[in-house]
Amino acid sequence: MANDKTSMQLIARGILAENPIFKLALSMCPAVGISTTVMNGFMLGVAVLFVQVFSSMTISIFKNVIHPRIRIPTYTLTIATWVTVIDLVLAAYLPDAYAKMGIFVKIIVAFAIITMRLEMFACKETVKDSFWDALGMGLGFMVGMMVIGFVRELLGSGAVMGYDVLGFKPLLFFILPSAGFFVVGLMMGFFNWIELYYKRKKGVK
Amino acid sequence: MTPAKYIHVVAAALLFWLMPFAAVAEGLVVDQKFKGDKEIVVSFSAPVDQAVAENPANYTVFEEPDPDIKLEVASAVLAAGGKSVTLSFKDKLNTAMTHVVVAKGLAGIEKTTFTVSKSYLGYLFGILISALLINNFVFTKYLGLCVFFGTSKKKSTAKGMGVVFTLVMVVSALMSWVFYNFILIPFNLNFLQIVVFIGLVSLTVQAIDTILRKVNPVLFNSFGVYLVLVIANCVIIAVPLILANNNYNVFETFMLALGAGGGFLLALYLMSSVSERMQLANIPPSFKGLPIAFIVAGQFAMAFLGFSGLQLF
Repeated sequence: MANDKTSMQLIARGILAENPIFKLALSMCPAVGISTTVMNGFMLGVAVLFVQVFSSMTISIFKNVIHPRIRIPTYTLTIATWVTVIDLVLAAYLPDAYAKMGIFVKIIVAFAIITMRLEMFACKETVKDSFWDALGMGLGFMVGMMVIGFVRELLGSGAVMGYDVLGFKPLLFFILPSAGFFVVGLMMGFFNWIELYYKRKKGVK
Repeated sequence: MTPAKYIHVVAAALLFWLMPFAAVAEGLVVDQKFKGDKEIVVSFSAPVDQAVAENPANYTVFEEPDPDIKLEVASAVLAAGGKSVTLSFKDKLNTAMTHVVVAKGLAGIEKTTFTVSKSYLGYLFGILISALLINNFVFTKYLGLCVFFGTSKKKSTAKGMGVVFTLVMVVSALMSWVFYNFILIPFNLNFLQIVVFIGLVSLTVQAIDTILRKVNPVLFNSFGVYLVLVIANCVIIAVPLILANNNYNVFETFMLALGAGGGFLLALYLMSSVSERMQLANIPPSFKGLPIAFIVAGQFAMAFLGFSGLQLF
Protein backbone atom coordinates (compact mmCIF):
# COMPACT_ATOMS: atom_id res chain seq x y z
CA MET A 1 0.00 0.00 0.00
CA ALA A 2 1.80 3.07 -1.20
CA ASN A 3 1.41 6.34 0.56
CA ASP A 4 0.11 9.13 -1.68
CA LYS A 5 0.51 12.06 0.68
CA THR A 6 3.32 14.60 0.62
CA SER A 7 5.44 15.26 3.66
CA MET A 8 3.58 18.46 4.50
CA GLN A 9 0.21 16.71 4.28
CA LEU A 10 1.46 14.02 6.65
CA ILE A 11 2.56 16.61 9.20
CA ALA A 12 -0.66 18.59 8.89
CA ARG A 13 -2.69 15.40 9.38
CA GLY A 14 -0.87 14.69 12.64
CA ILE A 15 -1.39 18.18 14.02
CA LEU A 16 -4.96 18.86 12.87
CA ALA A 17 -7.11 16.10 11.38
CA GLU A 18 -5.76 13.30 13.58
CA ASN A 19 -4.46 15.20 16.58
CA PRO A 20 -3.53 12.50 19.13
CA ILE A 21 -4.97 14.34 22.12
CA PHE A 22 -8.10 16.10 20.88
CA LYS A 23 -9.15 13.92 17.95
CA LEU A 24 -7.91 10.40 18.65
CA ALA A 25 -8.15 10.84 22.45
CA LEU A 26 -5.08 8.69 23.02
CA SER A 27 -2.31 9.23 25.58
CA MET A 28 -4.53 11.28 27.84
CA CYS A 29 -2.61 10.62 31.07
CA PRO A 30 0.05 13.33 30.69
CA ALA A 31 -2.49 15.71 29.14
CA VAL A 32 -4.31 15.66 32.45
CA GLY A 33 -1.44 15.01 34.82
CA ILE A 34 1.37 17.45 34.11
CA SER A 35 -0.04 20.02 31.68
CA THR A 36 -0.03 22.80 34.28
CA THR A 37 2.41 25.00 32.31
CA VAL A 38 3.39 25.46 28.66
CA MET A 39 6.96 24.47 29.49
CA ASN A 40 5.96 21.10 30.99
CA GLY A 41 3.85 20.35 27.92
CA PHE A 42 6.73 21.29 25.63
CA MET A 43 9.26 19.12 27.47
CA LEU A 44 7.10 16.02 27.43
CA GLY A 45 6.16 16.80 23.84
CA VAL A 46 9.84 16.78 22.87
CA ALA A 47 10.33 13.44 24.62
CA VAL A 48 7.35 11.87 22.84
CA LEU A 49 8.42 13.37 19.49
CA PHE A 50 11.87 11.85 19.91
CA VAL A 51 10.55 8.40 20.81
CA GLN A 52 7.91 8.47 18.05
CA VAL A 53 10.32 9.52 15.29
CA PHE A 54 13.09 7.11 16.21
CA SER A 55 10.90 4.06 16.84
CA SER A 56 8.96 4.70 13.62
CA MET A 57 12.20 4.88 11.65
CA THR A 58 13.65 1.81 13.36
CA ILE A 59 10.59 -0.28 12.60
CA SER A 60 10.42 1.06 9.06
CA ILE A 61 14.03 0.10 8.41
CA PHE A 62 13.57 -3.43 9.74
CA LYS A 63 10.01 -4.00 8.50
CA ASN A 64 11.04 -6.76 6.09
CA VAL A 65 12.84 -8.90 8.67
CA ILE A 66 10.21 -8.73 11.45
CA HIS A 67 7.99 -11.77 11.44
CA PRO A 68 4.31 -10.68 11.59
CA ARG A 69 3.56 -12.96 14.53
CA ILE A 70 6.07 -11.28 16.84
CA ARG A 71 5.56 -7.75 15.58
CA ILE A 72 3.82 -6.38 18.72
CA PRO A 73 6.57 -7.52 21.15
CA THR A 74 9.12 -6.10 18.72
CA TYR A 75 7.37 -2.75 18.73
CA THR A 76 7.19 -2.73 22.51
CA LEU A 77 10.89 -3.47 22.92
CA THR A 78 11.87 -0.89 20.30
CA ILE A 79 9.83 1.78 22.04
CA ALA A 80 11.19 0.75 25.44
CA THR A 81 14.75 1.12 24.15
CA TRP A 82 14.19 4.64 22.84
CA VAL A 83 12.30 5.62 26.00
CA THR A 84 15.30 4.46 28.04
CA VAL A 85 17.54 6.64 25.89
CA ILE A 86 15.46 9.81 26.32
CA ASP A 87 14.91 9.00 30.02
CA LEU A 88 18.65 8.82 30.71
CA VAL A 89 19.42 11.88 28.56
CA LEU A 90 16.80 14.02 30.32
CA ALA A 91 17.89 12.81 33.76
CA ALA A 92 21.49 13.71 32.96
CA TYR A 93 21.13 17.06 31.19
CA LEU A 94 17.82 18.54 32.39
CA PRO A 95 17.40 17.26 35.96
CA ASP A 96 14.97 20.04 36.99
CA ALA A 97 12.53 19.45 34.15
CA TYR A 98 12.94 15.70 34.61
CA ALA A 99 12.00 15.95 38.29
CA LYS A 100 8.83 17.85 37.38
CA MET A 101 7.74 15.26 34.83
CA GLY A 102 8.38 12.47 37.29
CA ILE A 103 7.20 9.08 36.22
CA PHE A 104 5.55 10.31 33.01
CA VAL A 105 8.74 10.08 30.92
CA LYS A 106 9.03 6.38 31.68
CA ILE A 107 5.30 5.95 31.09
CA ILE A 108 5.78 6.97 27.43
CA VAL A 109 6.54 3.29 26.86
CA ALA A 110 2.85 2.47 27.38
CA PHE A 111 1.47 5.27 25.20
CA ALA A 112 -1.04 3.84 22.77
CA ILE A 113 -0.35 6.52 20.16
CA ILE A 114 3.21 5.34 19.46
CA THR A 115 2.35 1.67 19.08
CA MET A 116 -0.61 2.63 16.92
CA ARG A 117 1.53 4.61 14.49
CA LEU A 118 4.00 1.72 14.20
CA GLU A 119 1.22 -0.75 13.53
CA MET A 120 -0.75 1.41 11.11
CA PHE A 121 1.98 3.26 9.26
CA ALA A 122 5.64 2.50 9.88
CA CYS A 123 5.45 -1.24 9.26
CA LYS A 124 4.17 -0.70 5.68
CA GLU A 125 5.72 2.54 4.43
CA THR A 126 9.18 3.77 3.46
CA VAL A 127 11.59 5.22 5.99
CA LYS A 128 11.10 8.75 4.64
CA ASP A 129 7.31 8.69 4.86
CA SER A 130 7.45 7.11 8.32
CA PHE A 131 9.70 9.93 9.44
CA TRP A 132 7.24 12.60 8.29
CA ASP A 133 4.26 10.74 9.73
CA ALA A 134 6.00 10.31 13.09
CA LEU A 135 7.04 13.98 13.04
CA GLY A 136 3.43 15.00 12.43
CA MET A 137 2.07 12.81 15.21
CA GLY A 138 4.76 13.90 17.65
CA LEU A 139 4.19 17.56 16.83
CA GLY A 140 0.44 17.04 17.15
CA PHE A 141 0.95 15.64 20.64
CA MET A 142 3.32 18.48 21.52
CA VAL A 143 0.93 21.15 20.24
CA GLY A 144 -1.97 19.56 22.11
CA MET A 145 0.01 19.46 25.35
CA MET A 146 1.15 23.06 24.89
CA VAL A 147 -2.37 24.31 24.16
CA ILE A 148 -3.71 22.70 27.32
CA GLY A 149 -0.69 24.02 29.23
CA PHE A 150 -1.25 27.50 27.79
CA VAL A 151 -4.89 27.60 28.87
CA ARG A 152 -4.14 26.28 32.33
CA GLU A 153 -1.17 28.54 32.90
CA LEU A 154 -2.87 31.67 31.56
CA LEU A 155 -6.13 31.21 33.46
CA GLY A 156 -4.62 29.55 36.51
CA SER A 157 -1.65 31.75 37.29
CA GLY A 158 -1.98 34.60 34.79
CA ALA A 159 1.32 33.79 33.14
CA VAL A 160 2.72 32.41 29.87
CA MET A 161 6.00 30.48 29.85
CA GLY A 162 6.61 31.67 33.41
CA TYR A 163 6.21 35.39 32.56
CA ASP A 164 3.38 37.22 34.27
CA VAL A 165 1.22 38.72 31.52
CA LEU A 166 -2.19 39.30 33.07
CA GLY A 167 -1.10 40.57 36.45
CA PHE A 168 -3.93 38.73 38.20
CA LYS A 169 -5.13 35.17 38.52
CA PRO A 170 -8.51 34.73 36.83
CA LEU A 171 -9.19 31.10 37.79
CA LEU A 172 -6.77 29.77 40.36
CA PHE A 173 -8.70 26.51 40.24
CA PHE A 174 -7.22 25.64 36.81
CA ILE A 175 -3.72 25.16 38.19
CA LEU A 176 -4.85 22.55 40.74
CA PRO A 177 -4.05 18.97 39.73
CA SER A 178 -7.63 17.71 39.59
CA ALA A 179 -8.64 20.57 37.28
CA GLY A 180 -6.78 18.80 34.46
CA PHE A 181 -9.87 16.68 33.80
CA PHE A 182 -12.10 19.75 33.64
CA VAL A 183 -9.80 21.69 31.33
CA VAL A 184 -9.41 18.81 28.87
CA GLY A 185 -13.15 18.08 28.99
CA LEU A 186 -14.14 21.70 28.43
CA MET A 187 -11.62 22.15 25.61
CA MET A 188 -12.80 18.99 23.84
CA GLY A 189 -16.36 20.23 24.18
CA PHE A 190 -15.34 23.61 22.81
CA PHE A 191 -13.64 22.09 19.73
CA ASN A 192 -16.66 19.86 19.13
CA TRP A 193 -18.89 22.92 19.35
CA ILE A 194 -16.84 24.77 16.70
CA GLU A 195 -16.98 21.73 14.43
CA LEU A 196 -20.75 21.37 14.86
CA TYR A 197 -21.22 25.10 14.28
CA TYR A 198 -19.42 24.99 10.93
CA LYS A 199 -21.21 21.83 9.85
CA ARG A 200 -24.55 23.42 10.60
CA LYS A 201 -23.57 26.54 8.64
CA LYS A 202 -22.62 24.41 5.65
CA GLY A 203 -25.88 22.50 5.92
CA VAL A 204 -27.92 25.70 5.80
CA LYS A 205 -26.15 26.86 2.65
CA MET B 1 6.35 -39.73 65.03
CA THR B 2 3.48 -40.10 67.48
CA PRO B 3 1.26 -37.15 68.28
CA ALA B 4 2.60 -37.01 71.86
CA LYS B 5 6.14 -36.45 70.63
CA TYR B 6 4.82 -33.81 68.27
CA ILE B 7 3.55 -31.74 71.18
CA HIS B 8 7.04 -31.55 72.71
CA VAL B 9 8.56 -30.37 69.47
CA VAL B 10 5.85 -27.77 68.96
CA ALA B 11 6.14 -26.55 72.54
CA ALA B 12 9.91 -26.21 72.26
CA ALA B 13 9.60 -24.33 68.98
CA LEU B 14 6.97 -22.08 70.47
CA LEU B 15 9.16 -21.37 73.48
CA PHE B 16 12.10 -20.40 71.30
CA TRP B 17 9.89 -18.23 69.19
CA LEU B 18 8.37 -16.45 72.17
CA MET B 19 11.62 -15.95 74.07
CA PRO B 20 12.56 -12.61 72.54
CA PHE B 21 9.17 -11.19 73.47
CA ALA B 22 9.50 -12.38 77.05
CA ALA B 23 12.98 -10.91 77.31
CA VAL B 24 11.76 -7.50 76.20
CA ALA B 25 8.89 -7.50 78.67
CA GLU B 26 11.24 -8.14 81.60
CA GLY B 27 13.26 -4.96 81.04
CA LEU B 28 12.63 -1.48 82.30
CA VAL B 29 10.67 -0.36 79.25
CA VAL B 30 7.27 -2.02 79.07
CA ASP B 31 5.64 -0.27 76.15
CA GLN B 32 6.56 2.35 73.58
CA LYS B 33 4.44 3.88 70.85
CA PHE B 34 3.90 6.92 68.66
CA LYS B 35 1.27 9.42 69.73
CA GLY B 36 0.20 11.64 66.86
CA ASP B 37 3.13 12.48 64.60
CA LYS B 38 5.19 14.55 67.06
CA GLU B 39 5.28 12.49 70.26
CA ILE B 40 6.54 9.16 71.57
CA VAL B 41 5.06 7.69 74.75
CA VAL B 42 7.20 5.30 76.78
CA SER B 43 5.89 3.28 79.75
CA PHE B 44 8.17 1.79 82.45
CA SER B 45 7.78 -1.21 84.70
CA ALA B 46 8.76 0.82 87.79
CA PRO B 47 8.67 4.55 88.69
CA VAL B 48 11.74 6.47 87.47
CA ASP B 49 13.52 9.50 88.86
CA GLN B 50 11.82 12.69 87.73
CA ALA B 51 14.94 14.85 87.36
CA VAL B 52 16.58 12.33 85.05
CA ALA B 53 13.48 11.43 83.07
CA GLU B 54 12.45 15.03 82.38
CA ASN B 55 15.82 16.18 81.03
CA PRO B 56 15.59 16.17 77.18
CA ALA B 57 19.40 15.97 76.93
CA ASN B 58 19.23 12.42 78.32
CA TYR B 59 17.47 11.12 75.20
CA THR B 60 18.97 10.42 71.79
CA VAL B 61 16.49 9.59 69.07
CA PHE B 62 17.15 8.72 65.44
CA GLU B 63 15.59 6.83 62.54
CA GLU B 64 16.98 3.33 62.25
CA PRO B 65 18.57 3.68 58.76
CA ASP B 66 20.38 6.97 59.57
CA PRO B 67 21.95 6.92 63.06
CA ASP B 68 23.83 10.14 62.28
CA ILE B 69 20.74 12.33 61.98
CA LYS B 70 19.64 12.95 65.55
CA LEU B 71 16.08 14.10 66.06
CA GLU B 72 15.72 16.95 68.56
CA VAL B 73 13.65 16.25 71.67
CA ALA B 74 11.85 19.46 72.63
CA SER B 75 10.55 18.31 76.01
CA ALA B 76 10.10 15.21 78.12
CA VAL B 77 7.18 15.11 80.54
CA LEU B 78 6.79 12.47 83.23
CA ALA B 79 3.24 11.40 83.94
CA ALA B 80 1.89 11.25 87.50
CA GLY B 81 3.18 8.12 89.26
CA GLY B 82 6.46 8.31 87.33
CA LYS B 83 5.70 5.28 85.20
CA SER B 84 5.42 6.84 81.74
CA VAL B 85 7.18 9.66 79.93
CA THR B 86 6.05 11.60 76.86
CA LEU B 87 8.78 12.80 74.50
CA SER B 88 7.76 15.73 72.29
CA PHE B 89 9.73 16.56 69.15
CA LYS B 90 10.33 19.85 67.39
CA ASP B 91 9.69 18.45 63.90
CA LYS B 92 7.17 15.97 62.64
CA LEU B 93 8.29 12.35 62.84
CA ASN B 94 8.08 10.03 59.88
CA THR B 95 6.07 7.43 61.70
CA ALA B 96 6.46 4.90 58.90
CA MET B 97 10.11 4.48 59.92
CA THR B 98 11.44 2.58 62.91
CA HIS B 99 12.87 4.99 65.47
CA VAL B 100 15.63 4.08 67.94
CA VAL B 101 15.58 5.79 71.36
CA VAL B 102 18.62 5.75 73.65
CA ALA B 103 17.94 6.98 77.22
CA LYS B 104 20.77 7.75 79.65
CA GLY B 105 20.64 7.16 83.42
CA LEU B 106 17.03 5.99 83.72
CA ALA B 107 16.50 4.06 86.99
CA GLY B 108 20.26 3.87 87.52
CA ILE B 109 20.89 2.01 84.24
CA GLU B 110 23.52 3.80 82.21
CA LYS B 111 22.02 3.24 78.77
CA THR B 112 18.56 1.97 77.84
CA THR B 113 18.01 1.35 74.12
CA PHE B 114 14.69 0.49 72.55
CA THR B 115 12.99 0.89 69.21
CA VAL B 116 9.64 2.46 68.41
CA SER B 117 7.73 1.42 65.33
CA LYS B 118 4.22 1.11 64.10
CA SER B 119 2.91 -2.39 63.85
CA TYR B 120 4.15 -3.80 60.54
CA LEU B 121 0.72 -5.07 59.51
CA GLY B 122 -0.67 -1.61 60.08
CA TYR B 123 2.07 -0.19 57.89
CA LEU B 124 1.32 -2.69 55.11
CA PHE B 125 -2.37 -1.94 55.37
CA GLY B 126 -1.44 1.73 55.13
CA ILE B 127 0.25 1.10 51.77
CA LEU B 128 -2.86 -0.70 50.54
CA ILE B 129 -5.21 2.10 51.61
CA SER B 130 -2.85 4.69 50.20
CA ALA B 131 -2.76 3.07 46.74
CA LEU B 132 -6.51 2.41 46.88
CA LEU B 133 -7.85 5.78 48.00
CA ILE B 134 -5.35 8.48 48.94
CA ASN B 135 -3.14 8.06 45.88
CA ASN B 136 -5.72 6.42 43.65
CA PHE B 137 -3.90 5.81 40.38
CA VAL B 138 -6.70 7.14 38.20
CA PHE B 139 -8.02 10.09 40.16
CA THR B 140 -4.94 11.49 41.88
CA LYS B 141 -2.02 10.17 39.80
CA TYR B 142 -3.78 10.46 36.41
CA LEU B 143 -2.53 7.15 35.05
CA GLY B 144 -4.32 4.60 32.91
CA LEU B 145 -6.78 7.10 31.52
CA CYS B 146 -7.05 5.64 27.99
CA VAL B 147 -8.35 2.32 29.24
CA PHE B 148 -10.29 4.03 32.00
CA PHE B 149 -12.38 6.07 29.57
CA GLY B 150 -12.56 3.23 27.07
CA THR B 151 -14.00 0.58 29.38
CA SER B 152 -16.16 2.55 31.80
CA LYS B 153 -19.33 2.57 29.72
CA LYS B 154 -21.04 -0.46 31.27
CA LYS B 155 -20.91 -1.86 34.80
CA SER B 156 -20.31 -5.46 33.69
CA THR B 157 -17.36 -4.42 31.48
CA ALA B 158 -15.95 -2.33 34.30
CA LYS B 159 -16.06 -5.22 36.75
CA GLY B 160 -14.47 -7.67 34.33
CA MET B 161 -11.73 -5.26 33.37
CA GLY B 162 -11.02 -4.36 37.01
CA VAL B 163 -10.72 -7.97 38.14
CA VAL B 164 -8.47 -9.03 35.25
CA PHE B 165 -6.41 -5.93 35.77
CA THR B 166 -5.88 -6.59 39.48
CA LEU B 167 -4.84 -10.16 38.75
CA VAL B 168 -2.31 -9.18 36.08
CA MET B 169 -1.08 -6.35 38.26
CA VAL B 170 -0.31 -8.56 41.27
CA VAL B 171 1.41 -11.27 39.23
CA SER B 172 3.51 -8.89 37.14
CA ALA B 173 4.46 -6.72 40.10
CA LEU B 174 5.73 -9.73 42.06
CA MET B 175 7.67 -10.96 39.03
CA SER B 176 9.14 -7.52 38.51
CA TRP B 177 10.17 -7.46 42.15
CA VAL B 178 12.02 -10.75 41.78
CA PHE B 179 13.75 -9.59 38.58
CA TYR B 180 14.62 -6.21 40.03
CA ASN B 181 16.11 -7.52 43.27
CA PHE B 182 17.85 -10.65 42.03
CA ILE B 183 18.95 -9.71 38.52
CA LEU B 184 18.92 -5.98 37.88
CA ILE B 185 20.51 -4.86 41.15
CA PRO B 186 23.22 -7.57 41.54
CA PHE B 187 24.39 -7.14 37.94
CA ASN B 188 24.13 -3.36 38.01
CA LEU B 189 21.61 -3.27 35.16
CA ASN B 190 19.36 -0.61 36.62
CA PHE B 191 19.21 1.32 33.35
CA LEU B 192 17.37 -1.61 31.73
CA GLN B 193 14.38 -1.14 34.09
CA ILE B 194 11.92 0.03 31.45
CA VAL B 195 12.80 -2.65 28.90
CA VAL B 196 12.68 -5.47 31.45
CA PHE B 197 9.47 -4.36 33.14
CA ILE B 198 7.49 -3.85 29.92
CA GLY B 199 8.72 -7.24 28.71
CA LEU B 200 7.61 -8.90 31.94
CA VAL B 201 4.18 -7.30 31.75
CA SER B 202 3.62 -8.49 28.18
CA LEU B 203 4.86 -11.93 29.19
CA THR B 204 2.46 -12.09 32.15
CA VAL B 205 -0.49 -11.08 30.02
CA GLN B 206 0.41 -13.67 27.39
CA ALA B 207 0.91 -16.38 30.05
CA ILE B 208 -2.40 -15.64 31.78
CA ASP B 209 -4.11 -15.66 28.41
CA THR B 210 -2.74 -19.11 27.53
CA ILE B 211 -3.30 -20.64 30.99
CA LEU B 212 -6.83 -19.30 31.33
CA ARG B 213 -7.73 -20.56 27.86
CA LYS B 214 -6.75 -24.12 28.81
CA VAL B 215 -7.73 -24.25 32.49
CA ASN B 216 -10.97 -22.34 32.62
CA PRO B 217 -12.52 -21.66 29.19
CA VAL B 218 -15.72 -20.25 30.75
CA LEU B 219 -13.80 -17.59 32.63
CA PHE B 220 -11.71 -16.94 29.56
CA ASN B 221 -14.78 -16.28 27.45
CA SER B 222 -15.99 -13.59 29.81
CA PHE B 223 -12.65 -11.98 30.71
CA GLY B 224 -10.33 -12.81 27.80
CA VAL B 225 -11.17 -9.74 25.74
CA TYR B 226 -9.90 -7.40 28.46
CA LEU B 227 -6.50 -9.04 28.67
CA VAL B 228 -5.23 -7.39 25.49
CA LEU B 229 -6.28 -3.98 26.78
CA VAL B 230 -4.23 -4.42 29.93
CA ILE B 231 -0.92 -4.06 28.07
CA ALA B 232 -1.89 -0.62 26.81
CA ASN B 233 -2.38 0.63 30.36
CA CYS B 234 0.14 2.94 31.98
CA VAL B 235 -0.67 1.81 35.54
CA ILE B 236 0.66 -1.65 34.88
CA ILE B 237 4.12 -0.31 34.08
CA ALA B 238 3.93 2.43 36.73
CA VAL B 239 3.68 -0.04 39.63
CA PRO B 240 7.01 -1.83 38.94
CA LEU B 241 8.70 1.54 38.45
CA ILE B 242 7.35 2.82 41.77
CA LEU B 243 8.40 -0.29 43.67
CA ALA B 244 11.88 -0.08 42.18
CA ASN B 245 12.06 3.59 43.12
CA ASN B 246 11.03 3.01 46.75
CA ASN B 247 12.95 -0.23 47.32
CA TYR B 248 9.83 -2.01 48.52
CA ASN B 249 10.11 -5.52 49.92
CA VAL B 250 7.92 -8.34 48.68
CA PHE B 251 5.01 -7.75 51.09
CA GLU B 252 4.95 -4.03 50.35
CA THR B 253 5.02 -4.82 46.63
CA PHE B 254 2.06 -7.16 46.99
CA MET B 255 0.07 -4.55 48.90
CA LEU B 256 0.93 -1.80 46.41
CA ALA B 257 -0.12 -3.95 43.46
CA LEU B 258 -3.33 -5.01 45.20
CA GLY B 259 -4.12 -1.41 46.09
CA ALA B 260 -3.40 -0.16 42.59
CA GLY B 261 -5.57 -2.86 41.00
CA GLY B 262 -8.34 -2.39 43.55
CA GLY B 263 -8.20 1.36 43.09
CA PHE B 264 -8.56 0.94 39.34
CA LEU B 265 -11.51 -1.40 39.84
CA LEU B 266 -13.12 1.11 42.19
CA ALA B 267 -12.58 3.99 39.77
CA LEU B 268 -13.96 1.99 36.84
CA TYR B 269 -17.02 0.90 38.80
CA LEU B 270 -17.81 4.42 40.03
CA MET B 271 -17.36 5.85 36.56
CA SER B 272 -19.46 3.18 34.85
CA SER B 273 -22.30 3.71 37.32
CA VAL B 274 -22.38 7.37 36.37
CA SER B 275 -22.02 6.57 32.66
CA GLU B 276 -25.10 4.35 32.75
CA ARG B 277 -27.10 7.17 34.31
CA MET B 278 -25.73 9.69 31.82
CA GLN B 279 -27.14 7.77 28.90
CA LEU B 280 -30.59 8.86 30.06
CA ALA B 281 -29.58 12.47 30.64
CA ASN B 282 -29.97 15.29 28.15
CA ILE B 283 -26.38 16.37 27.41
CA PRO B 284 -25.50 19.21 24.98
CA PRO B 285 -24.45 17.61 21.66
CA SER B 286 -20.94 19.07 21.72
CA PHE B 287 -20.29 17.52 25.14
CA LYS B 288 -21.54 14.01 24.31
CA GLY B 289 -19.08 11.17 24.78
CA LEU B 290 -15.60 11.98 26.02
CA PRO B 291 -15.93 15.64 27.10
CA ILE B 292 -18.65 14.93 29.66
CA ALA B 293 -16.78 11.83 30.82
CA PHE B 294 -13.75 14.00 31.52
CA ILE B 295 -15.79 16.47 33.53
CA VAL B 296 -17.34 13.68 35.61
CA ALA B 297 -13.86 12.25 36.20
CA GLY B 298 -12.76 15.70 37.34
CA GLN B 299 -15.53 15.74 39.91
CA PHE B 300 -14.47 12.31 41.15
CA ALA B 301 -10.88 13.56 41.36
CA MET B 302 -12.01 16.44 43.54
CA ALA B 303 -13.96 14.07 45.75
CA PHE B 304 -10.89 11.85 46.11
CA LEU B 305 -8.89 14.85 47.29
CA GLY B 306 -10.92 14.47 50.47
CA PHE B 307 -9.03 11.26 51.25
CA SER B 308 -5.67 13.02 51.42
CA GLY B 309 -4.30 13.01 54.94
CA LEU B 310 -6.33 9.96 55.86
CA GLN B 311 -4.40 7.92 58.42
CA LEU B 312 -5.84 4.78 59.92
CA PHE B 313 -2.89 3.53 61.95
